Amino acid sequence: MSTPNDRHPMTGNEMSGSAEGGMERHQYDVVVVGAGGAGLRAAIAAQDAGARTAIVCKSLLGKAHTVMAEGGIAASMGNVYPEDNWEVHFRDTMRGGKMLNNWRMAQLHAQEAPERVMELEDWGALFDRTDDGLISQRDFGGHKYARLAHVGDRTGLEMIRTLQQRAVALGIDVFMECTITDLMLDKGAGESKVSGAFGYWRETGRFVMFETPTVILATGGIGKSFKVTSNSWEYTGDGHALAMRAGASLINMEFVQFHPTGMVWPPSVKGLLVTESVRGDGGILKNSEGKRFMFDYIPEFFKSETADTVEEADRWYDDKKNNRRPPELLPRDEVARAINSEIKAGRGTPHGGIYLDIASRRSPEFIRKRLPSMYHQFKELADVDITAEPMEIGPTCHYVMGGVEVDADTQQSAVTGLYAVGECSGGMHGSNRLGGNSLGDLLVFGKRAGEAATAYATSLGSDRPKVVEADVKAAEVSALAPFEVEGGENPYSIQSDLQESMNDLVGIIRTAPELEQSLREIAAFKERAAAMKVEGHRQYNPGWHLALDLRNMLIVSESIAKAALAREESRGGHTRDDFPGPDAVWGTKNLVVNLDADGTGVELTEKPLPEMPDELKKYFESK
Amino acid sequence: MGYQLKMRVWRGDQSGGDLGDYTVEVSEGEVVLDALHRVQATQAGDLAIRWNCKAGKCGSCSAEINGKPRLLCMTRLSDFDEGETITVTPMRSFPVIRDLVTDVSFNYEKARELPSFAPPPRDKDNKRRMAQVDVERGQEFRKCIECFLCQNVCHVVRDHEENKPAFAGPRLFLRYAELDMHPLDTHDRRELAQGAAGLGMCNITKCCTEVCPEGIKITDNAIIPMKERVVDRKYDPLVWLGNKIGLRTKDNEGRTEVVE
Amino acid sequence: MTTGVHGPTRARIDEKTLRPDRWWLSPLATFVVFSGFVVFATVRAFMGVDYYASPYLSPFYSPCLGDCVEGASDFGQPFQAWPLSAALLILVFPLGFRMTCYYYRKAYYRAFWLSPPACAVAEPKTKYTGETRFPLLIQNVHRYFWYAAILVGLILTYDVVLAFRNEDHEWGHMGLGTLLMLINVVLIWLYTLSCHSCRHTVGGRLRHFSKHPVRYKLWTWVSKLNVNHGRYAWYSLFSVAIVDFYIYLLATGTIEDVKFF
Repeated sequence: MSTPNDRHPMTGNEMSGSAEGGMERHQYDVVVVGAGGAGLRAAIAAQDAGARTAIVCKSLLGKAHTVMAEGGIAASMGNVYPEDNWEVHFRDTMRGGKMLNNWRMAQLHAQEAPERVMELEDWGALFDRTDDGLISQRDFGGHKYARLAHVGDRTGLEMIRTLQQRAVALGIDVFMECTITDLMLDKGAGESKVSGAFGYWRETGRFVMFETPTVILATGGIGKSFKVTSNSWEYTGDGHALAMRAGASLINMEFVQFHPTGMVWPPSVKGLLVTESVRGDGGILKNSEGKRFMFDYIPEFFKSETADTVEEADRWYDDKKNNRRPPELLPRDEVARAINSEIKAGRGTPHGGIYLDIASRRSPEFIRKRLPSMYHQFKELADVDITAEPMEIGPTCHYVMGGVEVDADTQQSAVTGLYAVGECSGGMHGSNRLGGNSLGDLLVFGKRAGEAATAYATSLGSDRPKVVEADVKAAEVSALAPFEVEGGENPYSIQSDLQESMNDLVGIIRTAPELEQSLREIAAFKERAAAMKVEGHRQYNPGWHLALDLRNMLIVSESIAKAALAREESRGGHTRDDFPGPDAVWGTKNLVVNLDADGTGVELTEKPLPEMPDELKKYFESK
Repeated sequence: MGYQLKMRVWRGDQSGGDLGDYTVEVSEGEVVLDALHRVQATQAGDLAIRWNCKAGKCGSCSAEINGKPRLLCMTRLSDFDEGETITVTPMRSFPVIRDLVTDVSFNYEKARELPSFAPPPRDKDNKRRMAQVDVERGQEFRKCIECFLCQNVCHVVRDHEENKPAFAGPRLFLRYAELDMHPLDTHDRRELAQGAAGLGMCNITKCCTEVCPEGIKITDNAIIPMKERVVDRKYDPLVWLGNKIGLRTKDNEGRTEVVE
Repeated sequence: MTTGVHGPTRARIDEKTLRPDRWWLSPLATFVVFSGFVVFATVRAFMGVDYYASPYLSPFYSPCLGDCVEGASDFGQPFQAWPLSAALLILVFPLGFRMTCYYYRKAYYRAFWLSPPACAVAEPKTKYTGETRFPLLIQNVHRYFWYAAILVGLILTYDVVLAFRNEDHEWGHMGLGTLLMLINVVLIWLYTLSCHSCRHTVGGRLRHFSKHPVRYKLWTWVSKLNVNHGRYAWYSLFSVAIVDFYIYLLATGTIEDVKFF
């Protein structure tokens, strides 16, 4: 296939020693940064459309965070409920996001998700089946009909493996364990256009330059800025930061989803997700006094549909028609807040969580059959037998709704040639994401971005934006800066302080004084980071890699804190103790974050939501 | 609760290396990867470790702990005595890059050599139909997290570098079996499995199954059934005769053989 | 030593394995027990005497097709001219079945070939071609030995039926020998029906279980047995030897059969 002969066809693990200054250069039409679901789908679309395509990813191919997704892919295929269709899905998505979603993205997503799922099957995915042999679909919170195509509780793994195998079959070049640190821009003729991407091989530390008119960011989220998170180390907000530094803007950064149930012990897995199905199958929440406390936290808004006695709640599992839902199954933000209050009031468990108990309520056989992966997760990692004792759980940072502001149809950002898809793009999920909508998001907008990027690259002909050599030099200097410092601080301690600070001050419940405090602390971290020092040399040096990622984490953290301070209301994934309810005026606008003029901080602007056309408004009028 | 753990960690690269001694504070409930991260954060900032999800789902942190291929994130310290020294080395079947990180490109190259799934057209209503019982065998194999511990432990390549070109390894035999058992696939890859992938090199000594962190029965459910399918295709005179006189199972109809 | 784990690109570690556990115990045990069985079986097969103690016929000699003692041949004596022990005429079938069995292959490749002696322990040989060429290519005929093993199983079952007689061949009696033969034949059947080739033949070869519900059911049952194939392989090995030895003791008059009724 068309691979340079001085590196491995798949990993790129061998370096070209011949290139000048030890720097490799490659030319592509489309360069995709990130190899999760969105990145792979974008690359497949670009390659299919005829572009010379490369995927660049920080980890090995197939290890991206998409593998952690459990529930399924939301798509209104109607295999279980024929009355399901894109309009119902669209309505569910908008309501779940508290109407702050970009309506066009929500519409495209609902319309195109079914075909994207079918494509996965064409490429070899083996979904669970219905009795008539169609793709089975499961129920999930916020979705009116059973809609999630799934494979047991490992749908994300199936999706990434299928896309990975497809990408391999198409012969797409993959640059694994390679990190992009800077985007190159051609600022001629007044307009800023992407001309390349600069990075380094993690393995050797040597630099690599991709000359390309288009870059698709698919780098995922920002969870690693928080101490307790279900996210992996890769989630350092690279795409968010790269886009900002290139001149694009972010929206909705104040909206961070905290999942109510993450493991709290042992320390090594603190934050690891405990699936919502535990509560769906009968699990209840108890504090250290043994009290089933969720009955004390039913908000006015959900009173009419939530059981207020233990008896009614317990009847619901068998008879959903004549009983109201148990309060444990309130929306994620409500449950997370309640758990948080109990812990703060001193009624937490020894390891600082609360109890999630299914052992006393269901038979061991039932638990092992319905929750096999949870059973193993606790057995192997915590030495806890969930059929015999309660789990200790607490809220964990799970997903960022905010991301790069993009055009709904093409996923292009404000910078020509720069695209963003998946978790690192913003708008689709509004202020709160429904379960199952993230996997659909990756597929639908991955494909759109890959096609749009190819169309743009093709339209350029031979007249492509140029890489400015001085910028390349500057990128090199910037990447090597942490080696130049004398006697500075080690990046691990700054990272750990930042995570602690974000968790405490910009976490699930926010107040103005704490957010102000966090901005002061972030400013201090930035100063410490400017003087950080890494030891050793450039070959596979995790200290250096962290030092470079840390810059992204800092800028993203600042964006979150600043936007959270500005939005004086509580909505979806953003809860202000000092402004406990939603506010109608804030419900009409997004907060947009940009890098400030000297490039060291961020600045905010308010922007009205795009206006929904009348034919879509009608879905929200009745009821 | 906490105690001082003694570790020996292999440090070095292809030019050489040895086991370095570290003593690190660890606490209850931690795994080997936690201990290594603490070494990294406090004593050896440049200690190279490949890891990602830290939940046993991505298969990045494969290494050898006390000589056994395991995931660093799924090996609990409580499996060992507090006084015991834990020895951690990189996987010993692949070229070492640095410290605990190895070059696993062998596995990706082998994956490239396998012809992909080839489905027939969709049904008239634009959907596909497969029965749950027909996809379950493949679903077991698709639990694979590609940690490559099976590839690492397999003596065919671990002890015989020269076999690498002719042997795809257990991970890829899972793929061959998955596709051969796929109810819709239109390709017959049995000849390829025996020839290009080197299925015949496997002597079913089952180490791949022993180390699989996902508990996939690689040998019993994939490799041996695949060997039997190859026998159907290549070594069984009765099946051959049956095909000649038209006494064949209809189950394989609609498939065409792919060759190298 | 410049290949395998000591090859030039691998991490430089002098030890063949860093496993501190007693990994050598399992292959050693296999080696000792298998060797013991082989010696015992060889001696017994070549003896050509003391294999029949009415009504019990040793499984090593069943069916007895050579110049056998009176009462031992239930299927005639087509090979009466065979000068050696009658066991040698038929032992090739159970022997071949076990030699090509997927479980035994694992066990003896590890214990006798040391290929590998245990997981993640370097094997001593420098060259390895697996089962790609003669003679190991023959392992692929396992299913034919399985067909034969079915016949052997039927014959041994018949022998058990005949064992419900007394010395004078009157029906309705049972002794310790009958019980041992019964246990043996049950274990032989468990071993034979849990075979990987059996699993393949009854349904494993199919791509569409949904179109063959009966074969799918059979495959499900065989799959359950198959999980314990290795265990049955050991148990039936012991039971065969025990039955033969018991009959040997009876035939030589060393002990008396315990009569139940």
